[in-house]
Amino acid sequence: MNSIRVRLFAILLISTGALWLCAAVWIYGSTQRHLEKVLDARLAEAARMVSSLLTDHQINPAVAAKALPDSAENDFEDSSSSYARQLSCQIWSLHGQLVGRSESAPGTSLASHRNGFAETEIDGVPWRVFAVVNEKLGVRVLVGDSIAMRERLVSDVVKGLLLPAVTILPLLAVMIWLSVGRGLSPLDRLARALSKRRETELHPLPEGSAAKEITPMISALNGLFNRVAEARQRERDFTAYAAHELKTPLAGLKTQAQIAIMAQDRSIQEKALGHIVSSVDRTSRMVRQLIDMAAVDTSEEAHESEGVDVDGVVHEVARELEPKAESRCVILDCSQAASGAIMDVNRTLTRLAIRNVLENAIQHTLPHTVVTAATRRIDGVVSVAIADRGPGIPPDEHRRVTERFYRGASAGAGSGLGLSIVDMAVQRLGGRLSFSNEDGFAVTLSFPMQSGTIRAENSTCANLCEHAAAPR
Amino acid sequence: MRLLVLEDDEVLLDGLAVGLQLMGFTVDTVTRAADALAALESDRFDAAVLDVMLPDGSGMDVLGAIRRNGDRTPVVMLTAKDQVADRIGGLDAGADDYVGKPFDLDELAARLRAVMRRREGRAEKTLSWKGVVLDPSRMAVAVDGTPVRLSRHEFTILHALMINPGHIVSRANLEEKLYGWQEDVESNTVEVHIHKLRTKLGSSLIETVRGVGYRVRID
Repeated sequence: MNSIRVRLFAILLISTGALWLCAAVWIYGSTQRHLEKVLDARLAEAARMVSSLLTDHQINPAVAAKALPDSAENDFEDSSSSYARQLSCQIWSLHGQLVGRSESAPGTSLASHRNGFAETEIDGVPWRVFAVVNEKLGVRVLVGDSIAMRERLVSDVVKGLLLPAVTILPLLAVMIWLSVGRGLSPLDRLARALSKRRETELHPLPEGSAAKEITPMISALNGLFNRVAEARQRERDFTAYAAHELKTPLAGLKTQAQIAIMAQDRSIQEKALGHIVSSVDRTSRMVRQLIDMAAVDTSEEAHESEGVDVDGVVHEVARELEPKAESRCVILDCSQAASGAIMDVNRTLTRLAIRNVLENAIQHTLPHTVVTAATRRIDGVVSVAIADRGPGIPPDEHRRVTERFYRGASAGAGSGLGLSIVDMAVQRLGGRLSFSNEDGFAVTLSFPMQSGTIRAENSTCANLCEHAAAPR
Repeated sequence: MRLLVLEDDEVLLDGLAVGLQLMGFTVDTVTRAADALAALESDRFDAAVLDVMLPDGSGMDVLGAIRRNGDRTPVVMLTAKDQVADRIGGLDAGADDYVGKPFDLDELAARLRAVMRRREGRAEKTLSWKGVVLDPSRMAVAVDGTPVRLSRHEFTILHALMINPGHIVSRANLEEKLYGWQEDVESNTVEVHIHKLRTKLGSSLIETVRGVGYRVRID
């Protein structure tokens, strides 16, 4: 049952019905008990009345017995004839001789007991009889009424109560149905307001006027709107920023191209063309980093993890960057990338992080120096440390270098994106990025892994390392 | 026409320096806002080209600081942010012009000449005095309609003197306009250029004020 309205309706109707049923049973029981008590009291009173009338006024018992049902008949005549002749009275001598009886009373004895209440059956009809013995006159007065009559009385009372209730039940159902609909109207209004919105309308829903029960949902929705709006803003900022950042290298390219066209001097021309070539390289790196950054930013598959051989990734990236290292006369040494660790992480992000750090190191280390990449596994923490022999980054800038497009005063030709990508990727991988300036610059990516996510690998990758660290 | 260029991108800075030099400007370059501020305080420039986004601050801050100090050097802002709001912000902050990246080198040079012209209080693009016409945009000089070929340094000196005929321009001032920081100044070079100018344009145009400098003769 998916409709809240139908569900509420059913719940309300069933529970109301059940309550009514319980109430009816209760009313039936208590009415029966009370009536019984009242009628019993009446029986006893009537019997005693007859007995005392006989004693005090010496009334002829036969007449006395006859008088009683008449009064009873008069009592009920007005209300309902079905309750006429409710009581029957017999007066027996103690010797077992019928002295007198009321009109409605049977000829046979109503009961054989001497005193008090008893239930008997005469001609298949159950009776409730009260007997009282008048010792002075030597008679026994029996007053009884039919149990069937009593039951009819009880059921009439209950019926009188239940009938209106049952009649209004359909009405109640309609009311419940309408009330539930009305009660749910804030939800309808909310749904209508939401469905009318376009994808760009991310302003919060008004919380103040909403019903208390849907306020949590509205605040949750507003929270979501907020996050989506922030994400969109971030994307817009990023796009704008990226476009701006590309304008500077483009301006450089255009200027150098104009110089190449304009200059008469061949050496100036050649220098300008050289600048164009290096600028195109730099700009394409920046474009690649922008794409990387967008990939990390939107990476849905960050949760997709697989067993990643960290050493393997380091060697793979090192092989890829070999030409670049060669062109800058830099030696890549990853002989210490032999932790044998396998991490259950996202491969693309891991690769991206390692590649950017290694590329940075090659870019910024001094020519004819060695860039080392080492992996370690200590106390459940896998770390990848990449060290160069460059000028490094001043400690006061460490905090800011991971900001997008932040270029340190000494960064030179960088895009200001590399470490930002690394930081984002490492964070997504649940790791940490740290820098140190000792004897050059070292960047360490450490991944504290929950138990079970790191598997030691038996086979060592020493062979691979030798290849990458081959002396030149 | 001595320029200060503040730009942190190496390739663009080199392009600006070489390109503007080819167009007859003497160019000094800095890559940090602090250096630009120091240079503008200590040296005199005919105009400055300031990049907005820099690693150690903003070209806008440099602009604000020099304007607060009463420095009226014409300034052209160079920036990737060239939305209308950015342009308005830049111009209101005291910039004389605003050029968005990427730009055309010729356009930048023309804008620089225009802001310098405005600062000198001229509307026409050429300078002329007694039949000598100097066109900064083409680096061309003509005497009575006949073109005269001048070297870049000769042109610069003549330009400086012709902006205000009759005003004395000191030798040091002329040297400043001729040489950027990177170039070595030879001791008698201004005299050499003046001598050549007199040979090409006639000896009566430029007058030496002994011990002070040079001027264009007005009587």
